[in-house]
Parts: sequence; structure tokens; C-alpha cells
Amino acid sequence: MLAIYKRELRSYFVSPIGYIFVAIFLIASGLLFSYCTLQAGTGSSVSTYLTLVMYMFIIVLPLLTMKLFSDEKRMRTEQLLLTSPVSLMGMVVAKFLAAYTVFAATYLISCLDFLVLYQYGTPNAAILLGSSLAILLAGGACIAIGVFISALTENQLIAALGTMAIIVFFILTSILNGYIDNAVIRSVINWVSIMERFVNFTSGIFDFNAIVYYLSLSFVFLFLTVRVYDKRRWN
Amino acid sequence: MIKIEHLVKRYGDKYAVNDISFTVEEGEIVGFLGPNGAGKTTTMSMLTGFLSSTSGRAEINGIDILEDPIAAKRQIGYLPENPPVYMEMTVREYLNFIYDLKGCTLNRSMHLKEICDTVRISDVYDRVIRNLSKGYRQRVGIAQALVGNPKVIIFDEPTVGLDPKQIIEIRNLIKTLGKSHTVILSTHILPEVQAVCDRIIIINKCKIVANEKTEDISKVFEGSRRLSIKVCGPTSSVLSTIRGVEGVTYAEVLGSHDADSTSYLVESAPGVDIRKMLFNTLAAKSWPIIGIESMGASLEDIFISVVDEPDQTTRKKRRRNRGDAEKEA
Repeated sequence: MLAIYKRELRSYFVSPIGYIFVAIFLIASGLLFSYCTLQAGTGSSVSTYLTLVMYMFIIVLPLLTMKLFSDEKRMRTEQLLLTSPVSLMGMVVAKFLAAYTVFAATYLISCLDFLVLYQYGTPNAAILLGSSLAILLAGGACIAIGVFISALTENQLIAALGTMAIIVFFILTSILNGYIDNAVIRSVINWVSIMERFVNFTSGIFDFNAIVYYLSLSFVFLFLTVRVYDKRRWN
Repeated sequence: MIKIEHLVKRYGDKYAVNDISFTVEEGEIVGFLGPNGAGKTTTMSMLTGFLSSTSGRAEINGIDILEDPIAAKRQIGYLPENPPVYMEMTVREYLNFIYDLKGCTLNRSMHLKEICDTVRISDVYDRVIRNLSKGYRQRVGIAQALVGNPKVIIFDEPTVGLDPKQIIEIRNLIKTLGKSHTVILSTHILPEVQAVCDRIIIINKCKIVANEKTEDISKVFEGSRRLSIKVCGPTSSVLSTIRGVEGVTYAEVLGSHDADSTSYLVESAPGVDIRKMLFNTLAAKSWPIIGIESMGASLEDIFISVVDEPDQTTRKKRRRNRGDAEKEA
């Protein structure tokens, strides 16, 4: 399992994809950060920035996950992993953790931005810490979604687009709530939404339910990935 | 060492492998022979745990692949049809990755060096796999299967796409490996199994149609023995004399190539050697035999007949037709 994790992590940085991800993430988050907090405006607040980071997931996280399994399938190296003495869960978790490491490390680097806030004022540490934790966990959930989708196809582009579609569902659909009459649908959308649960963190409230939800979401999609492989073996 | 019992793989109502059973002893090299799509790869995939069987059992060294997949996989080195290499890695990185992946406990540098020397990739050890030729990639694939010194090595079409020199090298390598490992290899190239394997399993249309020692396989499949003999003497009387020899089941004229001699095709019952009898009979009439040639079915003939036409009569017809063709020639 450690071998797969190390190889996967390394492969991000022998191909351009790792650098592209880090570059896009840091540039975009830097721009958003300065736009949201440093420039004077009515809506200027670090909370807006943190929300936008979540929206960024839609574009950047599929970059990390699209190749995880689809590339193995295309290169026929999948057989190697599946015939080696490693459990399916071990294989899936190793790949998930490799992508997660790149994401988490990049996000933590982007947190250096917050130092600027301390230079000019006294930001609410509860907002920064709580939201960062939520971002890290919600990012994990989105990566797990990407892991799952990439196990379904050998085409990286399809993996990326499919992942985007599902992340959009989890992050953006709650925006539609204002237009939906039916209370049942609205409550379902609210319940599954990653974003609705994130709002509390941006106000400095620690929402334990949300944490559990993000972790469960990651677990469910990793588990589904294992099931995909298990099922493929049986079919 | 390997025990396969009533293995079945079904996709919907279509069989990929239908009720295959065989065993492989320790230290044996077994060739898995069959046309494309016969079920060789599927069988190997089930043996290595890549696919699960619909029913039946596969045991490696007493460990059921479905009951304890991880322990069973530890016993196996597998080279799939396409060498499963990561193009962006160097050979060194790749083999070290495999070493970690398999959780080896042998001395790392010594073990990897030994493997590289065996498959002769030491000279490309620090090159990126993407830049290697097909032959080298194949050898890296073989090296990968050898990491951890597994008891059983399974090769799926190990020589496909290689040039003749590389093919010979790989075959020799497999023979060498066979001394210390149990090897199963699949191929649709006949001379390959003949050259390398102790035993041949022919598989066709998802079933085993033959499972014999390499040296025995032609005996089993040849219903009758065939000779081509060249005799000096009057054609029609020689032919009727030959037909009268005890043990001859069929004889016909193949053609006369020289002025005073004629070639005949003679078939005899299985297990009967009629050559002495033929010689004596014809010598008594002072029609000298100036050439005798065994037309014993080659592995190729066996393979084609087993795979193409399980129907006995068409096989016979085909043989006759071939006789005619030779006559015309």
C-alpha cells in the first residue's frame, strides 16, 4: 500500500499534472484572496474567499483524480496492482491518499495568505481554522468522488468531466434552492449539499455534523470504488 | 503446485472458459496452447486472481485464490499480455516499486541485480521505460514477475511482438527459469511450446482438448502413422502389393518424380511400425525402396486438426485432399 502511495505521489511530479494543479490552485486562490479581502468593497470578507475556494474544487480537483485509475486501465498496469498481494481497499486508499496529500499540501501553502490578514487586522481565528478544516475534509470528499469516477473509465477526460459534474451537484445545487417550491426536494438538496454545511464554518461555528458528513461522503465513494473493482472481477 | 478444478467463467450466457481442470507439478513448464479467443488469458487471469471464476476452484500451492487471495498472489509472478510497466519510470524505479509492492524481504539490491542479470536488462537499468524497445519492455515485464522469487511464474504470450533473436533469448530464459520455478506460459505459436514446455495443454472453444507430455502429444493425436516411400518398380503392382502388407490401412500414389521410381503415401494403424514389413515384402519382389520418410503429424497438424475440425471424417477428407495436392506437385 505504501508502495502504491509513493509511486502515485511521485507520478504527480514527474508529469506536468502535479505542477499544473499546484500552480492553478495557488494562483487562483491568491487572486481570489486578494480580490475578496485586500480590495475594498462591500462584500469584502475572508468568508467569501473561503466559499470561493470551495467553488474552485469544481475545476481543480478533477485534475488530480482524473488519472488515478483511468490511466492504470489505459496502460494495462491495473493487472499488476490487482494481481499483487495488496487488498483492493489498500490500493484504493493509497491512491486516494496520494491525491489527497497533494491537495492538502497545496491548500496549506495557500493558507500563508492568511498571514497578510494578521498584518492589517485581527481576523477571527475560529473562522480560519474551522473553515480550513472543513475545506480539507470537503476536499477529501470531492477527491473520493474523483477516485470513484476514474475507476469507471479509461478516458481521463471523461473521468475529469464526470467528476466535475458530480462535484457541481454536491457544491452548487443548493444555489437553486431559492427557485424550488417543493419543500421536500429543497430539504434533500440541502441535506446532501456540501456547501450548505460549510456556511456555518464561514461564520466561525464548528459544525460537527458537517465533519461527520464530509468523512462519510469520502468513505462512501472509496467504498464504491472498491465495489467497482470487486464487481468487475466477478463479471 | 497448481490445481485447477472445474473452472468456469461465464459472461451472461456466453462461456469464456468452460469446465477446465488440470494440475501442474512443481518444477514443470506447461504450455497453454490455443487460438486467439480460446480462453487462455481468461484462465490465467482467474489463476492470478485478476478475475474471479463463476464456479470451480484454483489453488496455488494449496492456497485457494478466492479464499486467501493475498497469500496466493504472493506465490505468483505474472506477466500479462502487455507488460504492465509504468512508462514514466526508470527500470530501477520500477523494479524497486515492484519490490515494495510485493513486500519482499530478500536483500533488495542483490535480489534486483540478480534478476536484471538473469533477464539481461542491467544495461538499461537507469533508462526510462518509455524509451525502451518492445523487447526490453517485455524483459522488464519478465523481471517484474521474478521479483520476490515467486514459486509459480505465469507468462501470457511472452514472445508476442519480439524479433526472432529476442524470441530465442526469451525461450532460453524461460527454460532456465523452469529449473527453479513452476512455469505456465500461454501462446498460439506452436514451435514455442515444443521448444520450451514439458507438457502441453491445448485449449479450444473454452475447453481443454488435450493435456499431454510434449513428447507424447503427437502420438495421441495421430490416429494413424503416415509414411511417404519411394519405390522403383511398376506403379500399379507396387501399389497393390503395398496395400496387401499387413498393417497398412491406406495407400495411394503420390506421384512419380523420377523415370523409374514412384512415391506412395502409406498409412498404417496406430502403434504399428510397418517399415520393416514393407521393406521385406518389396525386397522379396526386388522392387527396391530408395526413400522412406515419416510424415508423422507435426504439432502444427495436430493443432489445426484439434482446433479446426473435431469431426473425424472431415479430417480424413482433408488429409486425402492434401495427398492429392502433393500428387499434383
